[in-house]
Amino acid sequence: MILIVAIFAHWLAPFDYTQQSPLTRFAPPFKLPDHLLGTDFLGRDLLSNLLAATQTTLMVAMIGGTISAIFGTSLGFLSAHYGGWIDNLVMGIADAMASVPFMIIALGVLAVFGSSPLLFVLLMGVFNWWRYARLARGLVLSANADGYAEAARIVGVPPLRIYLRHILPNIAGPLVVQFTLNFPEIVLMESGLSFLGVGIKPPAISLGLMISYGTSYFAIAWWLVALPGLVLVLTTLSISLLGDYLRDRLDARLR
Amino acid sequence: MAGFILSKAARAFAVLFSTALFVFVVLRFSGDPAERMLGEFATPEAQAAFRTLWGLDKSIPEQFLIYLQHALQGDFGKSYADGRDVFDIIKQSIPKTLTVSVSAFVIAILLGIPAGIVAAIRRDSAVDRLVMATAVLGNSIPMFLVGLIFIFIFAVWLRVLPSSGSSTWRHAILPIATFALYNAASIARFARATLIEVLYQPYIAAARGDGIPPSEIILRHALPNAAIPLVTMLGILATSLLGGTVLVETVFAWTGMGAQFVRAVGQGDLNVVQAMILVFTVFVVTINLTVEILYALLNPKIRSQK
Repeated sequence: MILIVAIFAHWLAPFDYTQQSPLTRFAPPFKLPDHLLGTDFLGRDLLSNLLAATQTTLMVAMIGGTISAIFGTSLGFLSAHYGGWIDNLVMGIADAMASVPFMIIALGVLAVFGSSPLLFVLLMGVFNWWRYARLARGLVLSANADGYAEAARIVGVPPLRIYLRHILPNIAGPLVVQFTLNFPEIVLMESGLSFLGVGIKPPAISLGLMISYGTSYFAIAWWLVALPGLVLVLTTLSISLLGDYLRDRLDARLR
Repeated sequence: MAGFILSKAARAFAVLFSTALFVFVVLRFSGDPAERMLGEFATPEAQAAFRTLWGLDKSIPEQFLIYLQHALQGDFGKSYADGRDVFDIIKQSIPKTLTVSVSAFVIAILLGIPAGIVAAIRRDSAVDRLVMATAVLGNSIPMFLVGLIFIFIFAVWLRVLPSSGSSTWRHAILPIATFALYNAASIARFARATLIEVLYQPYIAAARGDGIPPSEIILRHALPNAAIPLVTMLGILATSLLGGTVLVETVFAWTGMGAQFVRAVGQGDLNVVQAMILVFTVFVVTINLTVEILYALLNPKIRSQK
């Protein structure tokens, strides 16, 4: 549902989300007929803003999640294939990154290199890559010990082809589950960083940024925080539930 | 035991050293501090003078050694933003952060573990459902939002507590509550899952068969075996708490390390950023070391392995 809304955000939005109308500032929800959810401190339509923000947030999480899935999984494969010092190096970095809170790493990186949309998405892309790397490494190691990979190797299929065509489809289940578990975390990380003012920058808008704006007008216009917050919670909650469901389904089949 | 701790401590120190080196090198290669500080219109002579002043004309390894030497004496340079000693900023913010995060952590444990145990024992009862529903909800609301909700209820609506600042103990209540609630939710979920897993083990069934009373089974047999995963989890949570300070302290304008770090990042105050990252790393490394030592205390097998 949230996905559908996010995809069609531009057609659904009654107003351009940047359009300002100073005369109708701080309208509460359901008061003005054409601004269904009210307006913010610049008189922008809140509903349109929310739609655009949800879209940005989900897009960042989607791209970031995909990058980290591909990046982490490939490193996990490399690690499992070569073993030895490559394995040690990759897993060592994975351990190190897992032990330091990513929020601090991200803030440090943004402080040094300045904030840009590209860097920000890339950062979301390295967030949690180590989970995929560890998972993929373990799965590949056990798949290599299985009959089918051995059989393919004996008949002379090149390693890359074995990994992509034979092993990957077999271990995709847990990786997909990992993706759905990761997704809400990226959404939260993105909103957290945007809330702190170092993530998504205006004129673009994300849920975290909306909440951050709303905070300044909290005492007089609660809906500027409450509505984006609600959307954020619903998004993460629904994807978490989907992840739990998928995990139960796929785990049952695997065992 | 002493050898075990020593080898772990040596590794922790190695991690700390490499972090310091890494951060230093990245910062030095990311841009010329002289250009950054003096602006692009500074004369070459002024830039050269600035470099000599701060020792930037030496080679990078030399600079690193000097930085390390100063850092060990508590000298992290001055803040670019307001000229204060970085060490002073850190010295003032650490106790603030510790007050909030340690008390929140203790409260979270005191709330979360009993809730998890009760939920595990009375599995699928109304109590279990209530605890788990609260925990899942508590975990899916981002921490800064919980903070804002608290501000709205207690400061804007009821007007009983201050919304932000860090001068009196009353200011600490809301940040602590925010932190504690979020972590208690995680702890309760994890404690429940771990305990349920342990309760399915054959030795628990054997103990039951022996007619040992249920309360003693939980206390003497199940809990000690659930302790190791729990300690691991609490360690992870404690480090994530450090990341959380960044958000919670900013929401409540609590001038601890997290809020100072965010301010420094926003202003490009790299000396402070650099020192803060080191301090955060010290905390992470210390927490991990504590967890490893606790393991060894809880489980003799790990002690002998090294």
